[in-house]
Amino acid sequence: MTVFLIYKAILCVLIFAVSLGVAAYATWWERKFAALLQDRKGPNRAGPLGLFQPLADGGKMFMKEEIIPNVSNKFLFILGPSLFLFLSFLTGVLIPWGKDFTYDGHALALQLTDINVGLLYILGVTSIAVYGIIIGGWASNNKYSLLGAVRASSQMISYEIAMGISIIALVITAGGTLSFREILDTQDAGLANICYQPLGFLIFFICALAETNRAPFDLAECETELVGGYHTEYSAFKLGAFMFGEYINMFVSSAIMAGLYFGGYNFPFAKEFYHMIGLEDGSAWISLIGAGVYLIKTFIFISVFMWIRWTLPRFRYDQLMNLGWRVLIPLSLLNLAITVLVEIFIRGTIQL
Amino acid sequence: MQLTNRRKEVSHKEQSIAEKIYLPAILKGMAITASHLFKKSPTINYPEETRPIAPVYRGQHVLKRDDNGAERCTACGMCAVACPAEAITMESAERKKGEEALYREEKYAAVYEINMLRCIFCGLCEEACPKEAIFLTDRLVDTEFERGDFIYGKDKLVEKMTERIDVSKRQTPEVLEFKKKPGLKHNELFDSSKQLGKGKKH
Repeated sequence: MTVFLIYKAILCVLIFAVSLGVAAYATWWERKFAALLQDRKGPNRAGPLGLFQPLADGGKMFMKEEIIPNVSNKFLFILGPSLFLFLSFLTGVLIPWGKDFTYDGHALALQLTDINVGLLYILGVTSIAVYGIIIGGWASNNKYSLLGAVRASSQMISYEIAMGISIIALVITAGGTLSFREILDTQDAGLANICYQPLGFLIFFICALAETNRAPFDLAECETELVGGYHTEYSAFKLGAFMFGEYINMFVSSAIMAGLYFGGYNFPFAKEFYHMIGLEDGSAWISLIGAGVYLIKTFIFISVFMWIRWTLPRFRYDQLMNLGWRVLIPLSLLNLAITVLVEIFIRGTIQL
Repeated sequence: MQLTNRRKEVSHKEQSIAEKIYLPAILKGMAITASHLFKKSPTINYPEETRPIAPVYRGQHVLKRDDNGAERCTACGMCAVACPAEAITMESAERKKGEEALYREEKYAAVYEINMLRCIFCGLCEEACPKEAIFLTDRLVDTEFERGDFIYGKDKLVEKMTERIDVSKRQTPEVLEFKKKPGLKHNELFDSSKQLGKGKKH
């Protein structure tokens, strides 16, 4: 029991630190990647390749003047970004980073916790995340903030429906389990879910872009119309919390996509590979290699997010709503119908 | 009348299915940005790298000393007259006994100032100088925080003995020959039979 508790405590701190580190370095990579796409050099002054840039940015965020507007509701004003950051960490809890390994006779999982309604939990937490934005926007007592918050929340709510339906289709293909870990394990033996759910993945991907408020769906903070959107009135570390939360959200949703559709820590011929280099089942090295593979997949997804951001222009607001309600939701329903028909008549996993 | 050949017929034709779902267009755009990943950035990391400049580049001026270290300038004012931007001012003074090592001739410039904000780096001062004293070099003028700091006095213009500046690139035989031309003003004022750069007795 003590081994278990100590292990979980270490893992907890580790995942927290990794999420923070990845979010910090995502800002660096965002700038570097944008520079590469635009034939520029990007940050290259702070340290080699500008690698200390996130530290400098973070230091700047702490040192700036903390402004709380007189007319704002102070409690809610502080609660908004705190809630947003807190909830973005919460979604990361469920991600299984690698296979179980045995240490001193204890079977330990490279995952904080696995609950049997994992996907529902993720959908739930991401939909609460909109509260952070809407509370922040409302408490600022500023027209632009409020408009940004309203935009963000209506966007997140509309895209959540299509996302949920595409996840239902995924759950049906994966054999009816809602547990994140079991969905990953079904991809261990067979093909990755992307082979069964290409349309579902596309819908999920678009919805993930919209959920994380990334371009081309970043209407919540489009500076040409709304100054800064819901964080117009925020400064110093409260602004930093919003930005950090966004990058953590991006990291987590990339990890979720890499896990649900691309097999997470599994990779083709994994068993043969482990056997070839002489690792036995339950070895900690297998978990570590798996975690590495998972992180690489996540990194690729983060890069694709950025690639899209620096390619596509922003949607107009009515186009965004049209796409959400009139294209993605019918499309995801179609995807669900096709999935069910395929499961019944071709794969025969559902008995009528 | 046709002004350009870039006229296009505009039509209101329906979008095709490929255009309506936008995905092909999006992928095309992403391919374009991705192709830029592998292109070289044209950026020059300025303080570490500089652009290559011509050997006869006209940059910050230098007031040369002669081989013994005496200032060549005699404050004749030819450069100030020649300057189209009126950037050069000077005050002359008479050399005292014991200063022979400092100034080559009896008269010298006590104050010599160039306003670097006015200067257009045309090089006419260098062309006008009968004493081979002022030259433009390949150095860039530094940035400053105050306007007044751009007025460079002798402290910045006169060549330091420890770091002599090579201007031989600008003193080709053709240039020296050109300076002897009778049409040039300084040749009319001064005795043109004397060799240039040799110093002149009053």
